[in-house]
Amino acid sequence: MTVRKNQAHLTPTEKRNFVDALLELKRSGRYDTFVTTHNAFIMSDTDNGDRVGHRSPSFLPWHRRFLIQFEQALQAVNPEVALPYWDWTVDRSPTSSLWAADFLGGTGRSRDGQVSDGAFAVTAGKWPVSVRVDGRGFLRRALGSGGQQLPTRAEVDAVLAMPTYDTAPWNSASDGFRNHLEGWRGVNLHNRVHVWVGGQMGTGVSPNDPVFWMHHAFIDRLWAQWQARHPGSTYLPAVQTRNVVSLNDVMRPWNDVTPADMLDHTRHYTYDTAA
Amino acid sequence: MSQLSRRRALGASATALAGLALTGFVRTAAPSGPPAAEHGNRAHSPGGSGHTPTQPKPFDESFKGRRIQGAPSHHGGHHGVGYSVHIDGEELHVMQNADGTWISVVNHYETFTSPRAVARAAVVELQGSQLEPLL
Repeated sequence: MTVRKNQAHLTPTEKRNFVDALLELKRSGRYDTFVTTHNAFIMSDTDNGDRVGHRSPSFLPWHRRFLIQFEQALQAVNPEVALPYWDWTVDRSPTSSLWAADFLGGTGRSRDGQVSDGAFAVTAGKWPVSVRVDGRGFLRRALGSGGQQLPTRAEVDAVLAMPTYDTAPWNSASDGFRNHLEGWRGVNLHNRVHVWVGGQMGTGVSPNDPVFWMHHAFIDRLWAQWQARHPGSTYLPAVQTRNVVSLNDVMRPWNDVTPADMLDHTRHYTYDTAA
Repeated sequence: MSQLSRRRALGASATALAGLALTGFVRTAAPSGPPAAEHGNRAHSPGGSGHTPTQPKPFDESFKGRRIQGAPSHHGGHHGVGYSVHIDGEELHVMQNADGTWISVVNHYETFTSPRAVARAAVVELQGSQLEPLL
């Protein structure tokens, strides 16, 4: 059974295996198919039209399925690998071990944002940024440069306390847990972390940065924590609703999985500590 | 996008058709609550209209050495947004949120009060790099 661990607790071997599996997915071309899929949904999910991956109730089950598929691709390279999660309420500094040269590498240099240490620096030759929105073919970051702080545990707890999963109009204007976690409304959790990292993480091609998976693994874990705190609450909408994925509708692009299928993560993986 | 549709987009600013299309979009986009007021990116909205979606005006200016243009458009880009933004002639994919704020594909998780603000933010983010053509 796959156990997803806090990235801060990985051994040097686990870090190396994870990085090597990422590099192999990149080399084989599989990695970039995930970037392409994500950007296609980013550009097509709209508040007043069909919306599946973002700004909608299925933001959480869509990314859960997306991460499972990605994790399975990693495990086809090395069965020992699981996706780690980044608890940015704790590891909230550019000096965290997450950003060391033996793991993801650090922030970008000031001139052009280029990450210049670690396995994902363009100078290492193994991480070309090919699916992109501008001409720059190198990984960029600007950790914390906008002056914003990462969300605090207190801010996370305030969102986890919201008992209603999601509300009409089921988009970026909604009240409820999903939209506050996604960050279009309120203290802003998920969106703010993308902005804090900067570089490609602030764009539609955010999975170009490997930290994308560790950020979303933590968002996924917060969904599990929310479920544990609110056993009487569940995914909404339960009934078919125009433009959005209800509990028993299938989700694109897989078309064979529903939010209902994604509610219990323990069928696919567990976490290192109880949610 | 084709050259033809790009010219059409750039030339559409004065057409009533584009204006009507945009008005229709904005009406259906009216938010049920005031998310803009509590959003974390207030720094981008000094004096912004905030809660009420407004029809953005065309613009055409030089900003930090780049030509940025915005205009209503009836081709609607990838998803019928009804407004096109270009940087040095290449289209920047933009989207309007239900609360009337804007995002672009290069600043996708941060909201701005107008297409001009999102274009300027993209220029800063691009650091001189050219946008890739939209697929």
